[in-house]
Amino acid sequence: MSFRPTASVKNLELRSKKLAQLRSHFAEAGFVEVETPLLSHDTVVDRHLHPVLVSIDGEDLWLQTSPEFAMKRLVASGMDAIYQITRAVRSGENGKLHNTEFTILEWYKVGQSYEAAREFLSSLAEAILGISPPEQITYQDLFQQFMDLDPINDSESLFNRRASELGLHVPDAWETLDRDSKLDFLLADAIQPQLQSRAMVVYDYPASQAALAASNGETAERFELFINGLELANGYHELLDAKELRDRNRDTNEQRLVDGNDALPEESRLLDAMDSGLPDCSGVALGIDRLMMIAAGTESIRDVIAFPMDRA
Amino acid sequence: MAVYKTNEFRKGLKVQIDGDPYLMIEMNFVKPGKGNAFYKCKLRNLVRGTVLDRTYKGGDSLEAADVEEVGVQYLYRQGDTFVFMENKTYEQYELSSEQVDDNWKYLKDGTTCSMVLYNGNPITLTPPNHVELLVEYCEPGAKGDTATNVTKPVKVETGAEFICPAFIEMGNVIRIDTRSGDYIERVSVK
Repeated sequence: MSFRPTASVKNLELRSKKLAQLRSHFAEAGFVEVETPLLSHDTVVDRHLHPVLVSIDGEDLWLQTSPEFAMKRLVASGMDAIYQITRAVRSGENGKLHNTEFTILEWYKVGQSYEAAREFLSSLAEAILGISPPEQITYQDLFQQFMDLDPINDSESLFNRRASELGLHVPDAWETLDRDSKLDFLLADAIQPQLQSRAMVVYDYPASQAALAASNGETAERFELFINGLELANGYHELLDAKELRDRNRDTNEQRLVDGNDALPEESRLLDAMDSGLPDCSGVALGIDRLMMIAAGTESIRDVIAFPMDRA
Repeated sequence: MAVYKTNEFRKGLKVQIDGDPYLMIEMNFVKPGKGNAFYKCKLRNLVRGTVLDRTYKGGDSLEAADVEEVGVQYLYRQGDTFVFMENKTYEQYELSSEQVDDNWKYLKDGTTCSMVLYNGNPITLTPPNHVELLVEYCEPGAKGDTATNVTKPVKVETGAEFICPAFIEMGNVIRIDTRSGDYIERVSVK
């Protein structure tokens, strides 16, 4: 067994430098750095996120999958521009681009519009990575352009046809997958590999993939940053309506049960905060390890993390 | 039967698909942050050697294959059947000439091989990388010709023929690479 890091010293030094750059970028933009707990009584209710429950001194607590809930509670309590660099844990996520425990940068800004939020994310990527401004493209146009497919309006039989035309090895259970899962697969397997040496902000996700973003029923005010085909950040013009979130949590839990997963607690202090009034705001979460992969020009997350899971 | 869930998928896993044993030779985890997890696998059929590309979604599972690798000694051949004995248990296993394939060329009494058992039955045989074989017959080479670029076929004790340098003579022992069937060197002269 090796005690040594999987990342080179050079990459660990680069990490330190980029983290310092990020902190000064946020300070200059007027953000306050905050710290919130890794352990929480609450957890995000997401169909495809599997939070870890730990038992401490007779009490069950969740390891956060992101600092979203705690940070929105601060926003609802009067902090209007905050960021945090912390750890998150997502069970079952391990691979070349995933480490179960990873570093996440998350920020919230009150009064920031959907457009301004995408703009801020782009300028952050430009500043930290020295890239030219990312293209802005809707989720619908992305699929049209790279797969000749309309993800919102085309039938699923056309999804199947495109997948076989492209010679994709679709999952065995393809026919039983719902529309969003098929889109997830096509994006990951057919589109992302085509985005090498490009930077893109994809926005207006299908409403069914809104997560915690505001939605108009057809599309959600949700956006993601892709650089070199790597999914780097996920942002929302935030959902403010507590009733809407309660409905989504209930639907999500139903899907989780169908998928064979446990239901997660639907009530939370975030909902309490939203009941009391969450101001209009935007928020983004960015994967720091993947940002470092791009900065270091490496293909594996192990090259930028000192001690990944198997060496932790 | 043991089952592997997708979160246990990794390179080196031995699984069963449509009744055949497979070795997972590559596994790529793909997951959009908010989306479904997919596991892109390359699997090698342990009987036929063919490679299969399969994608699984989070929550799927595969049956574990009861596959075991054991050390065996070649005992003898009876018609189309090759008989081996496991080194530790002295259990005897039979392989058909089809399963043994070209490896018969390297098998002499006592040759130690590795054998893969699936559900307790032998499916593949791998001889050692190098074997030493006695030359039983060949045309005489020109005296003093030690060049290795002049070659000729020689017949060894297993009945197989190999292409060797012209200086090899009957009674020599030669070393052969079983992965390529190539002559490596002369080990001894009678």
